[in-house]
Amino acid sequence: MNPNNYLVLAAVLFTIGAYGVLVRRNAIIVFMSVEIMLNAANLAFVAAARNTGTLDGLIAAFFVMVVAAAEVVVGLAIIVTIFRTRRSASIDEASLMKY
Amino acid sequence: MIAALIGLPLLGSSVLLLGGRRTNAWGHFLAVAMSAASFFVGLGLFIQMLGKSEEEREIGQHLFDWIAVGAFQVPFGLHLDQLSIAFVLLITGVGTLIHIYSIGYMEHDPNRRRFFGYLNLFVATMLLLVLADNYFLLYVGWEGVGLASYLLISFYQQKPSAAVAGKKAFIVNRVGDVGLSLAIILMFVTFGTVTFDGVNAAAGLANSSTITWIGLALLLAACGKSAQFPLQSWLLDAMEGPTPVSALIHAATMVTAGVYLIVRAHAIFDLSQTARTAVVAVGAITLLLGAFIGTAKDDIKKGLAGSTMSQIGYMILAAGLGPVGYVFAIFHLLTHGMFKAGLFLGAGSVMHGMHDDVNMRHYGALRTMMKVTYATFGLGFLAIIGVPPFAGFWSKDEIIHAAFGQSMFIGLATLLGAGVTAFYMTRMMAMTFFGEARWEDDVHPHESPAVMTIPMMVLAFGSVFGGMAMLFLGDIEHWLEPVTGFAQPDHSVSNAVLIPVTLAVVLIGAGYAWLRYGRRPVPVVAPTNVSLLTKAARADAFGDAINEAVFMRPGQYLTRSLTWFDSKAIDGSIGGLAAAIGGLSARTRRLQNGYVRSYALTMLGGAVLIALVLLLVRL
Amino acid sequence: MLLTTLMLIPLVGAIVVFLIPAAKAALAKQIALGFALVTLVVSVLMVLGLDNSSGGLQLVESYDWIPAFGISWTLGVNGISASLIVMSAILVPVAIIAGWWDAENSSQGSVKGYFALILALEVFIIGVFAANDLFLFYVFFEAMLFPIYFLIGRFGGPQRAYAAMKFLIYSLVGGLFMLASLIGLYVVAGRELGAGTFDFETLTTLNMDPNTQKLLYLGFFFAFAVKAPMVPFHTWLPDAAAEATPGTSTLLVGVLDKVGTFAMLHFLLPIFPEASKFYAPAIIVLAVISIFYGALLAIGQTDIMRLIAFTSISHFGFIVMGIFVMTSQGLSGSSFYMVNHGFSTGALFLAMGYLVSRRGSKRIADFGGVQKVAPILTGVVLISGLSGLALPGMSTFISEFLVLTGTYAVNPAAAIVATFGIVLAAVYILWLYQRTMTGVPSQEVEETVTEISKRELIAVVPLLAIMIALGFVPQVALNYINPAVEQVQTYVGFTDPEAVAVPEGSGS
Repeated sequence: MNPNNYLVLAAVLFTIGAYGVLVRRNAIIVFMSVEIMLNAANLAFVAAARNTGTLDGLIAAFFVMVVAAAEVVVGLAIIVTIFRTRRSASIDEASLMKY
Repeated sequence: MIAALIGLPLLGSSVLLLGGRRTNAWGHFLAVAMSAASFFVGLGLFIQMLGKSEEEREIGQHLFDWIAVGAFQVPFGLHLDQLSIAFVLLITGVGTLIHIYSIGYMEHDPNRRRFFGYLNLFVATMLLLVLADNYFLLYVGWEGVGLASYLLISFYQQKPSAAVAGKKAFIVNRVGDVGLSLAIILMFVTFGTVTFDGVNAAAGLANSSTITWIGLALLLAACGKSAQFPLQSWLLDAMEGPTPVSALIHAATMVTAGVYLIVRAHAIFDLSQTARTAVVAVGAITLLLGAFIGTAKDDIKKGLAGSTMSQIGYMILAAGLGPVGYVFAIFHLLTHGMFKAGLFLGAGSVMHGMHDDVNMRHYGALRTMMKVTYATFGLGFLAIIGVPPFAGFWSKDEIIHAAFGQSMFIGLATLLGAGVTAFYMTRMMAMTFFGEARWEDDVHPHESPAVMTIPMMVLAFGSVFGGMAMLFLGDIEHWLEPVTGFAQPDHSVSNAVLIPVTLAVVLIGAGYAWLRYGRRPVPVVAPTNVSLLTKAARADAFGDAINEAVFMRPGQYLTRSLTWFDSKAIDGSIGGLAAAIGGLSARTRRLQNGYVRSYALTMLGGAVLIALVLLLVRL
Repeated sequence: MLLTTLMLIPLVGAIVVFLIPAAKAALAKQIALGFALVTLVVSVLMVLGLDNSSGGLQLVESYDWIPAFGISWTLGVNGISASLIVMSAILVPVAIIAGWWDAENSSQGSVKGYFALILALEVFIIGVFAANDLFLFYVFFEAMLFPIYFLIGRFGGPQRAYAAMKFLIYSLVGGLFMLASLIGLYVVAGRELGAGTFDFETLTTLNMDPNTQKLLYLGFFFAFAVKAPMVPFHTWLPDAAAEATPGTSTLLVGVLDKVGTFAMLHFLLPIFPEASKFYAPAIIVLAVISIFYGALLAIGQTDIMRLIAFTSISHFGFIVMGIFVMTSQGLSGSSFYMVNHGFSTGALFLAMGYLVSRRGSKRIADFGGVQKVAPILTGVVLISGLSGLALPGMSTFISEFLVLTGTYAVNPAAAIVATFGIVLAAVYILWLYQRTMTGVPSQEVEETVTEISKRELIAVVPLLAIMIALGFVPQVALNYINPAVEQVQTYVGFTDPEAVAVPEGSGS
């Protein structure tokens, strides 16, 4: 199959994810959108690895998965804590750390 | 031995100034002793010198190598010759008399010890000035006497006028010092040396414009120290100091240092007609200006100060005449040192008896109350106006004679000066010792104690016989000739004509003054409806007004505007830069608004930008 | 080893003083003074051991520091740096004695901190004068700022925070330009020699392209001109000097500022001879401007300490002028001037500081008539002031005159104009004296101003004595300075102009 199709799919997924990060307020949704972007990147890596026949892209994809897993653990814990203290998961309300 | 001359009074001054109150009780005796010891050392050296042949009279004492930087080699060396010894005897002789006088004059002053410390310091530095064997060491003495003068003028420090007068004297002198500095620098650059011998030997090799500039720079220095036009204004204010100071520093010795400098640098002036002409012009202007100021002063000390300016003008003029005049400049300097010191001490004695009042309009008829003062002052008066055979006659006549030899115009100036001198001195005599008593209430004039009158008598003796002694016994012309050179003046106007004419002019001046102030009553309050000339003379010929308008006010304006410029423009521009950076930071800080989404957008924008750049660069 | 040891003594002192337990804090002063005096003795012994017939570096010690970049711990002194080290070693104990109670009287900061900082400063001062590796010099040059920053910022007057920050930023910005030039110099040296180096003596052998010299020169000169300070980079000095304690001001103006002029003489001239000659006329003009600008602003000040700071700006003009005329009189005069100025300004700061601390005000208008209540203090102020106006007989006169003489041979116009500066010097000193010391004392002055104490006298009298003594036997210092100056002239390739009219057979 044409590798370009995988890349186009990855780009579409990445854009959906980025759009989600930028416009959604709910922290959980934002978080999911980030995951979509990571997976878009993974798809591109895997497709590239397949195309070139080397393992580099696969290794990178594994790295991303591990990092994403760790990130989910930490990120969700933070979101839960914020929700417990503020009764809200809106990221716009958690804007205390500014100038 | 030469070093001892300076060392003794320096020691005295150190003990008095560093010793503090412990020396209060005997300090003044120490000062007198040191000054007198220095005089006797000087006398010993003089007698030794008399015993030698003319060529061997000049002796030197090399103390140590003072400064050696590259070619700039200056020894710390002293040098005693016929010219120096004359000064040494004048300084220590008159100085010792004035020390003695001051014991009485300053008796009730709580700071008498300090006063004597300064007086000794003055004697030491003045001796250094005349004994130095190079211009650079001379500069140290030159400024040392300036310092002593500053300290003594503002001796009554609690009086603002005295403090201002001292400062003014120092600063005006500093303008003169610029001249001395430049002269020394020029000498070094031109001749590679600043010793008297070195400069004298090499003077003929330099080009004439350099020599002229050195001469003019030296003249500037002399103008500052000797209160010559245009740096004359400080001397009148200097009368704020105690009267013995006026006698010693501002009449007999320090103010004549300018004459010494010019005579000492005769090798330079011999070679430059332009510089000599400038010297003569300055002398002529000052001798008339000083005499003119003297005619309208009611303050006895300021009257004498104007007279000092005028007499030094004679000396400077004589020095400017070149080899025909150097010895007469020094001759007049020596006689003037005696009679003017005597006159000042007399004025001090009068003030002492009149509750420190200096206004002659409050005097009158004192000849009966202060007989000794009257007699000594009178002898000094006869000497200064040039009545034969008193001291001033001989020296002033020689100068007038030499001046006529140079040019009719200069001669007439000196002649006119002699007439005006007779006028203001007679006026002073008349207002002080004659006429009716115009004393203030509760003033009881009395004669001063012997410790004061004896020095006055000694000086009066000098005023009578000093001139004849130096001229006939000492043969001053040939005594000084090996140092300064001497040429017979051009006798275009013979003495047989000149002496009667001079005496006639003096008589007219004195007679006119007697008619105005001796025969007629003197108003106690100075009349205000007087001619413009009198007003000008009272205002010191507007010297201060000119200084103020030309230097002080623009200077103050410049200082103020520069201060403003510094804080607003220089510091302000740098502060402005800092403020601009701070303001910019305050703006950009706002980007940190706390919304995760806006940060995400920024990141996305950045990523897109980088991607675009990469794409474009690859294309 | 001697120079490193000389630096270690105050360093150990600073650590000891800093570590004193709070219960024994009262001992901090005595210990600090002890270490400062030992440093002084060792530095004097160091100078006595020098060979004053040689102008090269002596007591050289060199250890690798960061060999990868050709950086080494290289110390060495010549006559000029040695005299400046002794001058600093004299001023440190003087500042300690004079500032005996300054720390207690300040609002912030601990007593032992004050004295530890002064000793730490002395370490860097010795280092900066002795360093002969340019990188090492740079390190000390910047490191010096921090003790002074805290001395001003913690123990100074009401505006201390502003003054300290201004001082720090000015110096750091200057230092930054120097760092840039320093790296450039390293690269140039690397190209020419194969391996980059910061070693001073190696750098003097470079044959740099004149245009490169001119560019690199500017970075160094800017840093040194800020430090010196020259108009128009001077505005930090009056603020810093006015806010610091008198002891700190003495070290700041008396010693720290010398680093700028010292570096011009010691590094700029030998390393960049062509560029120095190229820029010399412009720098001389700047120096003459500094002389007059500083003097006129001093006249216009209403604050005693600011006035003294401005007089220093005027004096630095003379020093810089003497350096860039490159004649032996100019260079020796400037070197000697640096030493004298340390003593003279130090004495003036201390004496006026005594007065200010009594009256509690720095405004000139608050004084007057002090001579009546404190005659000895008045005498001290007068002598310090007279040395400030370069009265003949004081050492300052000799150095000032040498500078003027040296200048005239090369640049008569500058010399003539600068000579008129001596009139202004008389105006600013004597007017200050007149306004503060003479007249009738006001009631406040009568109540607050007391006679100088024995401790205060001990601090300032040595300075006055040294100035008078050096006025009569200046060769004590000049014998060490002259050979070093000749060495600088050799580096630059400059020979003194000859006198024009010299009789045949009179030796030279």
